[in-house]
Amino acid sequence: MTDLMPIWEVFVRPRNGLAHKHVGSLHAGDEELALQAARDVYTRRNEGNSIWVVRSEHIAASDPDRAAENFQPSADKVYRHPTFYSVPDGVENL
Amino acid sequence: MYSQGLLKQDTAAVESEEFLAAFQDRIDAEEKIEPNDRMPAAYRKTLVRQIGQHAHSEIVGMLPEGNWITRAPTLKRKAALLAKVQDEGGHGLYLYAAAETLGVSREKMTGELLAGTAKYSSIFNYPTLSWADIGAIGWLVDGAAIMNQIPLCRCSYGPYARAMIRICREESFHQRQGFEIMTRLSQGSSEQKSMAQDALDRWWWPSLMMFGPHDAASRHSEQSMKWKIKRFTNDSLRQKFIDAIVPQAEYLQLKIPDPELKWDPERNDGAGGYAHGPIDWDEFRRVLKGQGPMARERLRARREAWETGAWVREAALAHADKRDRQRAQVA
Repeated sequence: MTDLMPIWEVFVRPRNGLAHKHVGSLHAGDEELALQAARDVYTRRNEGNSIWVVRSEHIAASDPDRAAENFQPSADKVYRHPTFYSVPDGVENL
Repeated sequence: MYSQGLLKQDTAAVESEEFLAAFQDRIDAEEKIEPNDRMPAAYRKTLVRQIGQHAHSEIVGMLPEGNWITRAPTLKRKAALLAKVQDEGGHGLYLYAAAETLGVSREKMTGELLAGTAKYSSIFNYPTLSWADIGAIGWLVDGAAIMNQIPLCRCSYGPYARAMIRICREESFHQRQGFEIMTRLSQGSSEQKSMAQDALDRWWWPSLMMFGPHDAASRHSEQSMKWKIKRFTNDSLRQKFIDAIVPQAEYLQLKIPDPELKWDPERNDGAGGYAHGPIDWDEFRRVLKGQGPMARERLRARREAWETGAWVREAALAHADKRDRQRAQVA
């Protein structure tokens, strides 16, 4: 076990019109080999038509311990949703 | 390494009673646990062990079938078998990647497999003596694996559940191609039919052992069920498997090698099911421990693959390094 192979995250776009979606990770020496390996490992059955790979260490992530302060405030801002507002009876196209 | 390394954060938890209760509440509410979440050390350890063994099983599982690729009877069978073995390699990789999100390195897991200290499913320590074994493996071994794996798609650990969804989707063809081989052989000449029977005779009991020890003797079951890593007990999955397979064997007009196998109307809460004879757990333990010539052969083959592939890994890294340096000079 000499040097460690870098880890890459793999994103696949199922078809044009959709965004690339994370599907998993793999080890490869460089981006070219990572793309080839991703094709073999993650797209054996028409899963997509485009692949992105990115070194795992280049991704920054939010801290799950701070998920409450980051994401819960959006739950108590009900006025951001259309259902917060009342529409008078008989008024349409609103 | 996958989200685990994203913030380089420490996800070890201080396991106070409050923390453990809150963790269990999340599990009970069917919330998935993701790599950066805090989790009890024992939860992590259980998953690393289970996912690692599962990954090793996929990788070692390529060997018994790989044995027949060059001797497949037709081009169609050869193409199907190649695709199946390639899938198994892929499944091993999905699973290693899922285990890595828990902080264990690929190098460590590979090292443990090659050193013979990691376990893999005992089923792969049996030899594939005839072409009919490829049929029996697809039908019985993949059938048992699917039974075990479908509930894992709902495992509480997100990356493992996602890997299992991909695996289950891909495995459905594995069992069907095996059953098709068995169908063809069992409708063929008397020689072909006896090949099919011989394969069923040899693979039946090892397949039942794939579900693991009886519930009363299963060390890890209770806690794994509580954490929703496992959803069903070993015995209930084994029962489901037998009930599914017996009618299929009748269709093939093959005889399941268990004189005590009989319909029991009391099983499955009165819905009925098949009772079976005793399983030879001494054999299970012997094979699992890696006794016997096939176990040595499996590890020899894995070590050879690792050693003869070393130059490829070294060349890939050297090439990446050289190009990085060239780019740095240009910049």
